[in-house]
Amino acid sequence: MDFNDTAEQAAFRAEIREWLSVNATARQPNQGVQDLGSVFRRAKEWYKKVYDAGYACHTWPKEYGGGGRSQIEAVIWSQEVANYAEPDGYFVIGQGNCGPALMALATEEEKRRLLPRMASAEDVWCQLFSEPGAGSDVAGLRTRAVQADDSDWRINGQKIWTSGAQFSQYGVILCRTDPDVSKYRGLTMFYIDMEQAGVEVRPIVQMDGGQHFNEVYFNDAVVPDSWRLGEVGGGWSAALTVLMNERMAISGVQPNGFSEFLQFCLSAELADGPAIDDPVVRDRLADWYCKDAGLRNANSRMLTAISQGGIPGAEASLGKLVGAAMNQEIANFVLQEIGPEAAVCDEQFAAMQANFQKAILFSPGIRLAGGTDEVMRNIIAEQVLGLPQEPRADKGIPFCDIPTGSSS
Amino acid sequence: MNFEFSADQKFIQQQAREFLSVKCTTQQVRTVLDGGDALDEALWQDVIKLGWTGTTIPESYGGLGLSHLELCVIAEELGRALAPIPLSSSLYLATEILLMAGSEKQKQSWLPRLAGGDVRATVQVPPGGAGRLYPTVQHKDGTLRSESCVVADAGIADFIIVAAEDEEGIGLFLITTDQEAVVISPTTAIDPTRPLFMVALNDATSERVGGAGDGADILGNCIDRAAVLVAFEQVGGASACLDMGREYTTNRYAFGRPVASFQAIKHKLADMFVAIELARSNAYYGAWALSTDAADLTLAAAAARISAGDAYFACSKENIQAHGGMGFTWEFDCHLYYRRAQHLSLLLGGQRYWKNRLVDQIKLNHAA
Repeated sequence: MDFNDTAEQAAFRAEIREWLSVNATARQPNQGVQDLGSVFRRAKEWYKKVYDAGYACHTWPKEYGGGGRSQIEAVIWSQEVANYAEPDGYFVIGQGNCGPALMALATEEEKRRLLPRMASAEDVWCQLFSEPGAGSDVAGLRTRAVQADDSDWRINGQKIWTSGAQFSQYGVILCRTDPDVSKYRGLTMFYIDMEQAGVEVRPIVQMDGGQHFNEVYFNDAVVPDSWRLGEVGGGWSAALTVLMNERMAISGVQPNGFSEFLQFCLSAELADGPAIDDPVVRDRLADWYCKDAGLRNANSRMLTAISQGGIPGAEASLGKLVGAAMNQEIANFVLQEIGPEAAVCDEQFAAMQANFQKAILFSPGIRLAGGTDEVMRNIIAEQVLGLPQEPRADKGIPFCDIPTGSSS
Repeated sequence: MNFEFSADQKFIQQQAREFLSVKCTTQQVRTVLDGGDALDEALWQDVIKLGWTGTTIPESYGGLGLSHLELCVIAEELGRALAPIPLSSSLYLATEILLMAGSEKQKQSWLPRLAGGDVRATVQVPPGGAGRLYPTVQHKDGTLRSESCVVADAGIADFIIVAAEDEEGIGLFLITTDQEAVVISPTTAIDPTRPLFMVALNDATSERVGGAGDGADILGNCIDRAAVLVAFEQVGGASACLDMGREYTTNRYAFGRPVASFQAIKHKLADMFVAIELARSNAYYGAWALSTDAADLTLAAAAARISAGDAYFACSKENIQAHGGMGFTWEFDCHLYYRRAQHLSLLLGGQRYWKNRLVDQIKLNHAA
């Protein structure tokens, strides 16, 4: 048991440290909020620089624009780049999900043409799975793809929660191609040109006022049959490949609010003394320290398994399930500790630039995005513990006969 | 990074599990529970033969000379099997103190006999306040005086190490139990498979372990170290609860389907898994800190201790819940784990002691 790099890993770490110290921008405290468009433009410039240096998409083969390196080297990169103010994981949906889908299912010509541009972020990709009526039950999606006489497919329907759709040149989309068979068998996957006339992107305003996601409408959008990924009707197994890679893409600990909470505990003066001397604060600090440490140490175990050639399983759901709930609980606890003045959200007045006020409004989303708490528990129960599935009302009947409700 | 036990250590763990699955079934544990014995003597003799009583004792003193990492994996299996033996008192605590602070003469006199199973020992863990211990024993001119205090395994121990106060501060003292001045009486415990005794000292003859006034530091450090090992026992016990709950709810049917197919049960078991994973991960870090004498040991031990205590309580109570009414019967084994969970989480100080120790350490680290 040790926490040291192997000689090879240490050499790689030294190499990228050197490169980052010359090329990356240092962190600055309180950078303030920037608009999404300018963050995006900066991210694209940074990724191009990373690509030209050979550090993009570490685990991809070199012929597709990657680094031809191991998963553990990708993790070392993430650890080191986290010390700088540069974006990491900004294009993770394209590079982490869409890329592996193309690698598994596209032709050699397509891979050589599309993947290097994805790796350099010259082309941005989004993932179009979720729909208003198909969230946790994503296989219940209804966006239709119908093949016309000229063999092109016409896409009609609506996708939702699509991150980065407004900046994307391409998307990987899951559509229903046959409503007369059972729901998992009637799906087909394609990639699609997001800049064509039949695609309309509308931002979603979240409950906290932010706009990280979009709705995407398809009105007779056209996809050539050669842009199909996998067999007609083989979309579900293609989607599972993508989702499995999504787990592989998780290389760090998800934000859980602990470092901000620790900062609060160590620095805040409450009306009757330092926060750190309040027995209630101390009790919670101990609890959340243990959870945060548990997540960090669980991550170290997972990285060890990866470095020994293992694939992270559903255990990777742990960080999200624990961290998301913790984030929300921490925000509420700190606001309650501060009392009346904590109701002020103004960054000028609220402690720590209103970190906890923002967190209380944003944290509900983390418990929903990328699989709700409840879905995460089902994944652990079924895939890790091997418990039986719930009986399903939609099993073995054609998709078109599955009962639906009016709520979208 | 290599944050995993070695193949050799995993092999030791596998061997321990196989051995205990034969020699320490819950049936076996129940003979102690129902029979009123203080330990499973046959199991203890087998454990001595395996050398476990001397796991971390150097070979020069008759032990196996293994690291604490090997002891951690054995501890997990002892916890999983609910082993009714005094290894924690004798090895994790008493032996550890002698290794840390005993004189050469004390080591030569006691360690070979502890390793060989000729003697058993225990340590009186004083009441824990907010992050520190408060000894109740008084020392004067080599003799110790104390009103009745709780000591695990005292009735089956040949000597007890106690923390006592005198004008020089807190010191540690070794007392043999064969003297009249040491009055040991049995008492009832939440977990009867791990017996507690009331011990009164009426001017008991003692010898000092370590220097005058350094007892609080040594004992505090020793308890940190033992907490990591006990955390592995707790993780082992919690895992056994999850296995038991999974097994029962998968095979029991209600409303025409396995109980485990209801989300209310699945989510309960998923939460048990999560608690165990966090506790296990912190226990691993504790094992690393213990085996390398890391500066981070206090923090690592406190985190391992708190999360393992929480996990075992959560898993043992929800295992009862998942079993429904049968979980509340004497006949079903659920209560054995529930009792042991309480015993282990109290033995080395409750959550109040550990949470305050943890936060004090955080404060210290950030002041530095």
